[in-house]
Amino acid sequence: MGSFMLETFGHLPVGWLAFVVIAAVACGAFLAGRSRATALQQGASARMNSQPNYHGYYLAIWTAVPAALVLVLYALFGEQVARQMLMGELPSGFDAMTAIERSQYLDRAGEAARMDEAAVEGHPLFAAVSRRLAELGGLVKFWAVGLALLAGAGGFAYARRNLGEGFRARQSVEGAVRLLLFACAAIAIATTAGIVVSLFFESLRFFARIPVFSFLFGLEWNAQTNADFGAIPLFFGTFLISLIAICVAAPVGLYAAIYLSEYASRRTRGWVKPILEVLAGIPTVVYGFFAILVMAPAVRGLALWLNGLPFIPDEFFAASPTNALAAGLVMGVMIIPFVSSLSDDVLNAVPQSLRDGAYAMGATKSETVKQVVMPAALPGIIAALLLAVSRAIGETMIVVMAAGLRPQITPDPTAEITTITVQIVALLTGDSEFDSPKTLSAFALGFVLFVMTLIFNLIALRVVRKYREKYD
Amino acid sequence: MTETETDLKPASFTDEAAIARLKRRHRAEQRFRAYGLVAIGIALAFLVLLIVSIGSQALSAFSHHKVSFDLTLEEEIVAPEGPGATEVIEENVFGFYKLVREDLAATFPEAEGSKRLKTQLNGLVTRLAVLPMARATAHHPERIGETVTYQAALSDDLDLYLEGKVSDEIRLRGETISAGERIGPSRIRLIGDFSELAARRAATAPPGDTDERSVLVRAGTAVMRAEAVEDARVSGPLLTGNLSAFEGARPQIRLIETPQSERNVTDRQVAWTLALREMGRIDQGLNWALVTNADSTYPEIAGVVAAIVGSLFTMLVTALLSVPVGIAAAIYLEEYAPRNRVTDMIEVNINNLAAVPSIVFGLLGAAVFLNLLGLPRSAPLVGGLVLGLLTLPTVIIASRAALRAVPPSVRSAALGVGASQTQAVFHHVLPLAAPGILTGSIIGMARALGETAPLLLIGMVAFVAEVPSGPTDEATALPVLIYKWSTGAERAWEPNTAAAIVVLLLFMILMNAVAVFLRRRFERRW
Repeated sequence: MGSFMLETFGHLPVGWLAFVVIAAVACGAFLAGRSRATALQQGASARMNSQPNYHGYYLAIWTAVPAALVLVLYALFGEQVARQMLMGELPSGFDAMTAIERSQYLDRAGEAARMDEAAVEGHPLFAAVSRRLAELGGLVKFWAVGLALLAGAGGFAYARRNLGEGFRARQSVEGAVRLLLFACAAIAIATTAGIVVSLFFESLRFFARIPVFSFLFGLEWNAQTNADFGAIPLFFGTFLISLIAICVAAPVGLYAAIYLSEYASRRTRGWVKPILEVLAGIPTVVYGFFAILVMAPAVRGLALWLNGLPFIPDEFFAASPTNALAAGLVMGVMIIPFVSSLSDDVLNAVPQSLRDGAYAMGATKSETVKQVVMPAALPGIIAALLLAVSRAIGETMIVVMAAGLRPQITPDPTAEITTITVQIVALLTGDSEFDSPKTLSAFALGFVLFVMTLIFNLIALRVVRKYREKYD
Repeated sequence: MTETETDLKPASFTDEAAIARLKRRHRAEQRFRAYGLVAIGIALAFLVLLIVSIGSQALSAFSHHKVSFDLTLEEEIVAPEGPGATEVIEENVFGFYKLVREDLAATFPEAEGSKRLKTQLNGLVTRLAVLPMARATAHHPERIGETVTYQAALSDDLDLYLEGKVSDEIRLRGETISAGERIGPSRIRLIGDFSELAARRAATAPPGDTDERSVLVRAGTAVMRAEAVEDARVSGPLLTGNLSAFEGARPQIRLIETPQSERNVTDRQVAWTLALREMGRIDQGLNWALVTNADSTYPEIAGVVAAIVGSLFTMLVTALLSVPVGIAAAIYLEEYAPRNRVTDMIEVNINNLAAVPSIVFGLLGAAVFLNLLGLPRSAPLVGGLVLGLLTLPTVIIASRAALRAVPPSVRSAALGVGASQTQAVFHHVLPLAAPGILTGSIIGMARALGETAPLLLIGMVAFVAEVPSGPTDEATALPVLIYKWSTGAERAWEPNTAAAIVVLLLFMILMNAVAVFLRRRFERRW
């Protein structure tokens, strides 16, 4: 086989093509299996165990799955294999390069090979290397496609032999379906595992350079210059903004829930509840824009006015254009529906007999709510608040847009302040290589964030589960 | 009722103390009820405030001022390589902008000879604003050589000025000017009754010694700046037009509150814009650029179309991942899973995953999809995968609820006539649960459409001026574009951002409406 053919083969777009070919082959296998089963049925002494269709499915699965597996392996590792083969052939001059330099060189060569630019590139060695890489890529692809064909044919042959009068094709097919369903359910676990593992290992790499203690308890944060990594100002900012948010959301959400569940007529409830939930459906980036458009100037104006009052010292409030109060207030509005909806469900779950008992004793409605219903619903309400706090801690866009970037510890809510999520975004947007402490610190922050919200969620979900399944 | 009586004397319910107590309790009841109403009122008021503030901003972005030009399309300028080379014409910003500049210079000869004034004059229309006329000419090459009327967007700052967003203004109708005279190379004096102007100006003067506000006096297409204002005369530089236009005319007077040094438009530019409007060359129209153009560094020609396409590709990948996998997972958990610890773990897991902050998914995407698997940065493919994992729990939870709503009798009946469990699920339960599953999935997708933070971390904030053609191209998404525009320094980005938000919300409302429609149409109660 000529090298040119290999190269051309390497450029073929295999992804969609392979998908179509596998689908076609699977259809063929299905038809073959079905007609074979129909033939068997005509000569059979008794009724067959499974419908002909199931024989078809059985054959299709055994043909398509092995071939697809081979191709998936190729997609994951094909390029690395080609690279390894190339590394073995490289002239000794390349030994002088460090591992990183070499891999960057090969990256460029791979790019050139993909673009078919090797001929245009001036440097003869580079051109030769990238051409060879293209060739090897074609070779690996050739082997992979061949192997896939072989695997498909082998699977087909094996499964075909199994078909017979008493063959339980349906059970096999249903077993495969069940396996697939389980795999899908396991993706949820895989996602959690992926989050935990990736955050954990990147954090470990970070803590190899910066001690854990100085990260968790340091008072100076200056990550953009790779200088200081004390996260206390960020924790404080997150805490302050969440506190403001919950101070808005807790009373408003709770009273709204009480009114809706105890006082409102069916019709009012039917109108107000969906409208409140609209607040939860608005994208957070919209809230962020609202915060910088309306809230932040309003807070700044208020602070400047307060500064001007005679009994308040000048410059008492920082009155920064982006400030904690604006972000906190808007975030509070955002989480109102979380509090109200969850509390509403919890309140409704309190048995009517408790209320009837209180009424029978002559209590008014508000007395019943305050002294009977609320104590009974308290665990659920606390859980609702915890979930809301966890939402507030993890909320990103509002604080990115409205809270600012300056890490400082100050009780002044009109000052610029920064949070964990703001710093993660600031550190990871733009081009960043994955090895500087700056980038890695974002993962350490993410890990802290994940653990914090996880604790809140676990406690809250455990309590909420007693009352209802899930807020969605 | 909180006090406990120790002696069991029968208490009176009719004496004054009891009635007062009852009244107090009823007042407390009323108050409590009012708190609830106030709470709901606050929440709804915020919603209204949000919609009104963003909606009113967006309105000004959807309308735009345009200047019309009668241009003679000389072939050597607009089509240097001949009328057949449409691609050259289409991208010939230089040539068309030259025509526009020459036209402006001919209309306002006073800019001649001053580099500063030339720059200000050219600032009326930005370079790239001529792209639409270049495209139109490329599509109609027969126009080359003829005189054609084309429109170009007025620069964003002047557009804002005409909409009254740059500064507050006091407008007066002046009395008839009896005479005007030249008092310097470009300075003029107008004689007439300006007592109203002088009085208003003095009454609204800011504290301090100097009044830096500009007073523009316009008659016809002539505009002067009144620097010295007295009751019977005003004097100052003639900004544009002829002195003769003032004589015998009743001028329009504008007192611009923001001093020239604190705004992006000069008095001269305002004067030119007003003169152009007087000539009938400026009109207001729908800003189609916003929905037909891709992103740009100039707000007046920036649009959302590339971001919409990027969002569509992202949503496509998200849907392909989260809907089938989510439904399959829900079927497994609801119909197959044995009650054991693995199942319990998966369930707790899914509930937790639904509450993990979205930015953590972004970190996962950056670490695994970009760093480990080496997928391309800024691509809708990666964005879609991340958002797919993010919406997976929502889809699973909604699908499980829909499956659970199908009564067990359906399963029992299917099993009773000899169907296997898989047949019962796929032939009977799933079709009955399909509307509910679909509704839940669409609502999950609508939420994913508004997600921003994870996309920032996988690099979808890059500036993309071209419409992406596939899920592996560099792209941005609508909410990310909103974030980016909101950080723009120029004032004109503000209405643009609001307009992009309106577009995003329209998409979300549409998706939710489809979901509600499906639910209404197919919902079954057993």
